[in-house]
Amino acid sequence: MAFRLKLVPDNTRIDFFRWQLLTFGISAVAMLASIIVIAVNGFNFGIDFKGGTTIRTESPTAFQVGDYRGALSDLGLADVTITEVFDPTFGPDKHVAQIRIGTTNETGSVTPQQLNEVEAALKAVDPGVTFAAVESVGPKVSGELIKTAVYSVGAATLGILFYIWLRFEWQFALGGVFALVHDILLTAGLFALFQIRFDLTTIAALLTILGYSINDTVVVFDRLRENLIKFKTMPLVDVMNLTVNETLSRTIMTAVATALALAALLVLGGDVIRGFVFAMLWGVFVGCYSTIYVAKNIVLWLGVRRDWTKPVKAAPGEKSELAGTPFQDMP
Amino acid sequence: MLQIPLWKRILILAIVVVGLIYAMPNLFYARVEAHNDAVAAAKRDGFETPEQAAARARWPQWLPGGLVNLGLDLRGGAHLLGEVHTAEVYKSRLNSLWPDLRDALAAQRDVVGAVRRVAGPDDVLRVEIGNPDQMAKAVEIARSLAAPVVSLTGAGSSSLDITAAGNTMTVRLSDAEKAATDDRTIQQTLEIVRRRVDEVGTREPTIQRQGKDRVLIEVPGIGSAEDLKKLIGTTAKLTFNAVVGRGTDPNVAPGLGNVVVPSLDEKGVYYTIAEVPVVTGEELTDARPSFDQNGQPAVEFRFNPQGARRFGAYTAANIGQPFAIVLDNQVISAPNIRDAITTGNGQISGAMTVDESNRLAVLLRAGALPAGMTFLEERTIGPELGQDSIDAGKIAGIVGTGLVVAYIVASYGLFGVFASIAVIVNVILILAVMSMMGATLTLPGIAGIVLTVGTAVDANVIIYERIREELRAGRRIVQAIDNGFNEAMSAIIDANVTTFIAALVMFFLGSGPVKGFAVTLTIGLVTSVFTAIYLTRLMIVIWLDWRKPRTLEL
Repeated sequence: MAFRLKLVPDNTRIDFFRWQLLTFGISAVAMLASIIVIAVNGFNFGIDFKGGTTIRTESPTAFQVGDYRGALSDLGLADVTITEVFDPTFGPDKHVAQIRIGTTNETGSVTPQQLNEVEAALKAVDPGVTFAAVESVGPKVSGELIKTAVYSVGAATLGILFYIWLRFEWQFALGGVFALVHDILLTAGLFALFQIRFDLTTIAALLTILGYSINDTVVVFDRLRENLIKFKTMPLVDVMNLTVNETLSRTIMTAVATALALAALLVLGGDVIRGFVFAMLWGVFVGCYSTIYVAKNIVLWLGVRRDWTKPVKAAPGEKSELAGTPFQDMP
Repeated sequence: MLQIPLWKRILILAIVVVGLIYAMPNLFYARVEAHNDAVAAAKRDGFETPEQAAARARWPQWLPGGLVNLGLDLRGGAHLLGEVHTAEVYKSRLNSLWPDLRDALAAQRDVVGAVRRVAGPDDVLRVEIGNPDQMAKAVEIARSLAAPVVSLTGAGSSSLDITAAGNTMTVRLSDAEKAATDDRTIQQTLEIVRRRVDEVGTREPTIQRQGKDRVLIEVPGIGSAEDLKKLIGTTAKLTFNAVVGRGTDPNVAPGLGNVVVPSLDEKGVYYTIAEVPVVTGEELTDARPSFDQNGQPAVEFRFNPQGARRFGAYTAANIGQPFAIVLDNQVISAPNIRDAITTGNGQISGAMTVDESNRLAVLLRAGALPAGMTFLEERTIGPELGQDSIDAGKIAGIVGTGLVVAYIVASYGLFGVFASIAVIVNVILILAVMSMMGATLTLPGIAGIVLTVGTAVDANVIIYERIREELRAGRRIVQAIDNGFNEAMSAIIDANVTTFIAALVMFFLGSGPVKGFAVTLTIGLVTSVFTAIYLTRLMIVIWLDWRKPRTLEL
């Protein structure tokens, strides 16, 4: 017997619906909490969406954020925030700060003179400081970027909805898309809660979560459809339980593999993309959860037309009859 | 399903081998890049320096030399998003229409009466005529100057909108003509920006139109967005205009058709010049740095025949009069015309350094931007930050791949090894496709590849889990494997199509990092389906033929 790492035993018979009210409640509360957190905290928008200038400074010597702030206070810049960036991959002679300057004029960029002033002022308190990156986005563009970002997340959701509707039934499409909205909301809520910088790369992360989550959901749906044909008389809830149990091994396997790759990136990939990778990693977990506990619950509640010889008669909330061990009629 | 014909086996392996060959140059990035630069330089200059020959020899000519283009966030460089003031061009279009319209109306002076241009907004041309009752005739004459619009969307419409009220005729560009003009303005801007960026010799700049009136410029390896702005933001619009007057009052009334511009050298001196130039810089065929008779830096230029003829005719008719050499709305000098200049050669001299004369020559050669630009977005990424990101991405990629491989092998044993090979080949294929396409790899793109490593195993996992189920259901090995592949197909296709939709949306709607990520994600999807389905199956089939196993541990 060769060694095999198995996170999920061969024949699981977990009743995923036993706690469906609880899990669904958790999802609902989490979604609500996300909305509240977003409303109260707001996002920590990066300059992509807010306009303004960010400067990334690097210095071989340790510095005090207070010194930097003091140096810049006399320059008459609008809305300056300075944060020190820590990263395990930095050497002892690398000290990084992120300076954000709000929009000051019509085009939103800090003028070259101002930039020179900033550099001179910082050099006065920290002679070794260099500018590793300077980025400016005008308010005109940032407004448009928000718009396109919202459009792209919306368009991707609609496109996916349409494809699932074509390939499956409308109930599946609704279930899948509800799971997507769930995932996006929870991720956005996390960004608002921890005030992680929200910029264009975050949108890329959100869209990836969308893709990953739906990927996961579709694999389960695919098996569900197959089982619905195979077990024509089994109650819907049992077919679903059977399906999730059959695909559980794959769901976990893929999630762990993806999470491993992302975890390497999170730890070693540098601070520039950390927020982005963090969002994706979170998305893998949420996506996994929503596949098992959100998407198919919606389908269950909407009911699926099973017998095509009779007129449509959905059976919402069919009662589970697990006592009869429905798995026995597996071939 | 488990019988794979020989031609298919060869095809699958050939794709893998071709992928390996095309991805390989990226292993020797600096070397291949030096080779490519040397080849490009030799082609441009028509000769080769010994250093270039040495650089070229470091990578064999017969091997593919395509590299993954590193994005600004990895290489360092400058990024600018500029908005072109397309409406500026309308004014000059109407200004250049005026002499023709005046001449055409003047030819019918008996009918329409005296003709006079009156002031109006920039994008209209207002003309008063002496006999308002003959307005219909005047409009007809003006219409004869209109041309059909040459563009796909504007086909069939006229270039001018002409209306009349009382004794005033108003001429403006039609909407279709404006759209066509905007298009031309942007095209010309792109071309000129490209020429200017190419002059300084940085490699692989991205110069693209974005939306209706925007231009995206990304130049790797340039010091800062500020330098880039200086390079392309300078207008260098050279014209030769008739001088009407000279004085010290900037607010003097210039009279219609004239403008007041300051002098470059003499402080506080203003020239009143005719707005419509005699010759413009567009008619220059060459401009190069030189020295004037006093040994001061200067720029020598030459007109094309048409420009030379016009310049010759003008100078012949205006001997003794001053004419102004105007650069970017400043008079560089206003010499008196001593002789008719018919050779088409001239010289600009003034207080400039050798560097400045060099730069001016470059700008003049490249031509003037047709309209001004406002920069909406500027980004400078230092080369060191880029190098740090590459290093971090590389290490993370290797460690991530290692972890995933260890995990699959621990889970599926030999079949896990097959899947791991497929995953690694997958990464190589992504790099190969990107190298062939010259696609740009960005930092989020690296994240995309790492994520693909994670999800690429998904297709294999779906197949293997199916095979496990089939084995548990008591099927024989070959049957189980065959069924596993067949049954998994629909799930794999559905899962990938949905991700593909998200990637497409990212590509078409996204900009910057989102787009870079979409590119790698899309390529990764295609290659991962290929490796998971074809390559893994081929490996399994070969293994089955070779070992003819009686039992299968999975």
